[in-house]
Amino acid sequence: MTSRDDILQAVRSTKLAARELPSLAGPWIAYDDRWGQFEAALRSVGGRFERLTSTVDATTRLADHPAFPRASKIASLLPDLVAGNVDLQRIDDPHRLEDVDFAIMPGQFAVAENAAVWVTHHGVKHRALWFIVQHLVLVVQATQIIDNMHQAYERIHDLDSGFGVFISGPSKTADIEQSLVMGAHGPRSLTVLVYP
Amino acid sequence: MSHAAKHAADHATLATEFIRDPKRAKWHDDTLWFVRTKRDRAAAQLPEWEELRQRASQIKAHTMSHLADYLEQFAERAEGLGAQVHWAKDAAEHNQIVLAILQRHQVTRLVKSKSMLTEECHLNPFLERHGITVVDSDLGERIVQLAGEPPSHIVLPAIHKKKEDVAQIFHRHLHTEPGASDPSYLTEAARQHLRSHFLAAEAGLTGVNFAIAESGGFVVCTNEGNADLGVSLPRLHIACMGIEKLIPRAADLGVFLRLLARSATGQPITTYSSHFHGPLPGGELHLVLVDNGRSNLLRSEEFRRSLYCIRCGACMNTCPVYRRSGGHSYQSTVPGPIGSILSPAFQIETHKSLPFACSLCGSCTDVCPVKIDLHHQLLTWRREINHRGLLPRSKRWAMKLTSAIMQRTRLYRWAGWIARHVVPWLPRFAIYHRWNAWGRQRELPEFPRRSFRELFERRNDK
Repeated sequence: MTSRDDILQAVRSTKLAARELPSLAGPWIAYDDRWGQFEAALRSVGGRFERLTSTVDATTRLADHPAFPRASKIASLLPDLVAGNVDLQRIDDPHRLEDVDFAIMPGQFAVAENAAVWVTHHGVKHRALWFIVQHLVLVVQATQIIDNMHQAYERIHDLDSGFGVFISGPSKTADIEQSLVMGAHGPRSLTVLVYP
Repeated sequence: MSHAAKHAADHATLATEFIRDPKRAKWHDDTLWFVRTKRDRAAAQLPEWEELRQRASQIKAHTMSHLADYLEQFAERAEGLGAQVHWAKDAAEHNQIVLAILQRHQVTRLVKSKSMLTEECHLNPFLERHGITVVDSDLGERIVQLAGEPPSHIVLPAIHKKKEDVAQIFHRHLHTEPGASDPSYLTEAARQHLRSHFLAAEAGLTGVNFAIAESGGFVVCTNEGNADLGVSLPRLHIACMGIEKLIPRAADLGVFLRLLARSATGQPITTYSSHFHGPLPGGELHLVLVDNGRSNLLRSEEFRRSLYCIRCGACMNTCPVYRRSGGHSYQSTVPGPIGSILSPAFQIETHKSLPFACSLCGSCTDVCPVKIDLHHQLLTWRREINHRGLLPRSKRWAMKLTSAIMQRTRLYRWAGWIARHVVPWLPRFAIYHRWNAWGRQRELPEFPRRSFRELFERRNDK
């Protein structure tokens, strides 16, 4: 017998009375001002929030970011919004992304309760990009905001097509005496840009 | 880096070591209580908090009652997505599987993110004996790895270290300035140091927070982003999980991700909740499903529910004994209340003192996000340990004596009379001696002059 069979048999040998799988229906928390709640939650986890009035002023808004004016390498998946100067298609080895200062990447939707933005591998050549850059900007359309995580999973239908991640704030750690420090291994800052 | 489980010092003895420095013990206590208060604030922000705990508990109960089916479904779907699924009955088999994968790819440098399972299996020393350099990439885990210690907490591995300790460790290993103990400075040094390891690694190993039966994928939660960096640069990803990590549906994550970080650190969600389905394009993904005593635990009516645990650490942060005795005093991979239930189930002789490291206050049960009846199970363990004749002689005799007195009315009344009328006149050395463990840090309460019975009889006389 293989270990697989042994383990499954050992688990099966315990006959447990079937317990029902509960429904996931709410009521769950909802917010009158979803973006307001999102912004408050994002700031509490150390993120930056920028609401654009038009798609034109994205770069001007980013100019307020302390690191953006000094950034030399910018990878943009949304060149119409913010121009980049790194051609991701010509990079085959993700290790070469190590010196990218900023990445501008799309977010599918935002979750008000916890400031999480859902992003997926679609159109993203290197999974490392979200995590290896010094500063990350996620761009979300203003209509793409939901209240809570239950609604999030109602919206995700292509989970098994590859990689997806909820990102809430910049990389952080409090492993030294519970002192919160931004920029543990991943991005030192996270900006969420919301455009109309 | 071996765990000290070999010499079976009991919890009380090791806790005595920990509280020898009262200022440090107080600091440890306060730090964890601070985390507990953050958890309370986060929970209070959701009106449906109790409902979420209820659903989470129900989902886990359901999963356990169909575990074999869900395991099969998960493995089949995961393989359908291109992952290679391995099954390990115990720690030794798990370690062999991981080693074989690494050797097949000629890997000599591995980065790991946090995985309590690999701690449980003592994977690091095993791989190192076979010439593989293992770098723990979670900052707290890296600190204890450099210090040559096991983690003292499952979420906050270096919570027992002060920043001055970290400064010393980093000065020795990462050549930071001597005495420089600013957390930002130290974290930046670790970032640079670990980045070089991320870039040089040939494989990444992660744990698994949740494995989804219906989709064949799994979720890993971190704040630092270390799991993601570790598995998105190299082409080889190994994920190790206990068989209890299953959940039936992706939508169940809605419940668990809402509970996990709020319970653990008071954050609304971890910074990264990464959903892996299949390998990187052109890469390999290996899943190692480990039993190592879990199917035995499932068999136990009393302790089965401890398998619901999602490793948030809330029971540790709230536990008055854990906070005041430190994680290392438990000598087990998972310390605190949940560890005191799990560890004796795997190795009773080594861990028999743990269920007694508990005041039965029930605070752990109150905060547990999946509603494990922790303090009831700890009490059950005590009975079990007594039944198996594993109690130390002093405890056995004390209990026999108490039981004998309680069963005999006249003896009981006589003992009460002695306590009220003789004990107060005894010299200190006759009361506070080496057999009276209770009196080591405490004074006896003042005995009342009359017993309840005497007061009651007097009242009737009036």
